[in-house]
Amino acid sequence: MNRVSRFVPALYIIFLMLPIYWLVNMSFKTTNEILGDFTLWPRQFTLENYITIFTDPTWYMGYVNSLAYVSINTVLSVAVALPAAYAFSRYRFLGDKHLFFWLLTNRMAPAAVFALPFFQLYSAVGLFDTYLAVALAHTLFNIPLAVWILEGFMSGVPKELDETAYVDGYPFWSFFIKIFIPTIAAGIGVAAFFCFMFSWVELLLAKTLTAVDAKPIAATMTRTASTSGYELGLLAAAGTLTIIPGAFVIYFVRNYIAKGFALGRV
Amino acid sequence: MNKTENQKAWFFVLPVLLLVAFNALVPLMTVVNYSVQETFGDNTFFWAGVLWFEEVMNSERFHAALGRQLFFTFTILAIEIPLGVAIALTMPRKGIWVSVCLVLMALPLLIPWNVVGAMWNIFALPDIGLLGRTLNAIGFDYNYTRQPGDAWFTLILMDVWHWTSLVVLLSYAGLVSIPDAYYQAAKIDGAKPFAIFRYIQLPKMKRVLTIAILLRFMDSFNIYTEPSVLTGGGPGNSTTLLSIDLVKIALGQFDLGPAAAMSLIYFLIILLMSWVFYTLMMRNEAK
Repeated sequence: MNRVSRFVPALYIIFLMLPIYWLVNMSFKTTNEILGDFTLWPRQFTLENYITIFTDPTWYMGYVNSLAYVSINTVLSVAVALPAAYAFSRYRFLGDKHLFFWLLTNRMAPAAVFALPFFQLYSAVGLFDTYLAVALAHTLFNIPLAVWILEGFMSGVPKELDETAYVDGYPFWSFFIKIFIPTIAAGIGVAAFFCFMFSWVELLLAKTLTAVDAKPIAATMTRTASTSGYELGLLAAAGTLTIIPGAFVIYFVRNYIAKGFALGRV
Repeated sequence: MNKTENQKAWFFVLPVLLLVAFNALVPLMTVVNYSVQETFGDNTFFWAGVLWFEEVMNSERFHAALGRQLFFTFTILAIEIPLGVAIALTMPRKGIWVSVCLVLMALPLLIPWNVVGAMWNIFALPDIGLLGRTLNAIGFDYNYTRQPGDAWFTLILMDVWHWTSLVVLLSYAGLVSIPDAYYQAAKIDGAKPFAIFRYIQLPKMKRVLTIAILLRFMDSFNIYTEPSVLTGGGPGNSTTLLSIDLVKIALGQFDLGPAAAMSLIYFLIILLMSWVFYTLMMRNEAK
């Protein structure tokens, strides 16, 4: 069994890499080669597609926009989730269990259900087509997730830590910021990772809430596809570039992923 | 852990409460509002009572979309959960391969959903896609844009590709939390590999697996972007899942009343099923 089973992860990774390889492969081809021949690697290697993206503001601003609202969302979600998770892990209060489940129900809300009302709401408050609108809309599913993860981590920290600090005369907020937050740094990393992930990959709401100024890269891709016919090489290059920020983030948190899943409740 | 009774804790929760309430309650009330009214398009609304709810509950179209949705969700759960556990069991526990495996496996999780759809759309095309071309070369008559069966096959394969890693990561985290002493004890008792799996590994993975099932259930029931980019619900209506149908009604035909009623029924179904899962999960944890 052992000899066979060693190949299972390798086979799985090959399966995962194939579609990605095909996308990357295509991004280095000319449109003619993509449509004309079936080639396993680029015969007429070209960087033209990438040059177009990095020199045309309608393309590269898409990346800037996406990264902007994702960062705002991550910071905001984790910042407000920290005290709330602390409350859930340390105190009993009126309606705590119901509140916790209600928060989770928002993680279940289908984005398709909320797209149109969100458009109306954010137009009404004058935030339509801003980074803040998308960042705020994404807190709907990221805050519950961040609270869930952080609560798991905080419950793993013994209560004696809080009590000792109290006896030593630390004011609460000073204890929270100087002692408690560094203790659960790994948990904050994991929560931030998941907020980044779900905000980066979500498109339906991001697309609904933006028009020009804050349009995410993934939306630029779909709109370009419909207006100028299919420039497959260009689309493939843009798609390849959307994978890179994710790959970076995974690389930095790789040691926390497994640990984070085990300690936190996600 | 013993928790102290403290009503002031509400102040800690307040920012979260305000933000989520702004995002959840206002849109939800908008949906409720639409669901009980009739309009003739000139911004005047009439009370329609439960008319739309009756219409949706009795509509063949809704039943068909719900059926397809349930089929999709249970199929991907039946594939992804066992496959994810199997891969986690065979993963290395130590050494540099752990990092390599984790990073490569987590990659699909961080690709924007429409890029996933577009990637698979191209990958599976019978003329220029690697998968489509290969399947046709070895003798299958494969064309996912024309044949419903092929469209379903591609859709499910795409979801397995996209999300099995989440199950792998969760199960793996459950496995590494098992102390070595358990395995040594099993070895001394001469336990067979299956017995180790059944009585040591599976119970330890129970919590993370419940979470995996819950997350995969919720997310697959809400799935919209990937199938809409891959097949657009076609050919015909063969892969029109609930979300796709909903967007077609709400934004395509602008039938806000029926769309809103359908949204609420849809949301209630997810809520009810998740509540059952959640309650079971909490009961297990309390034990």
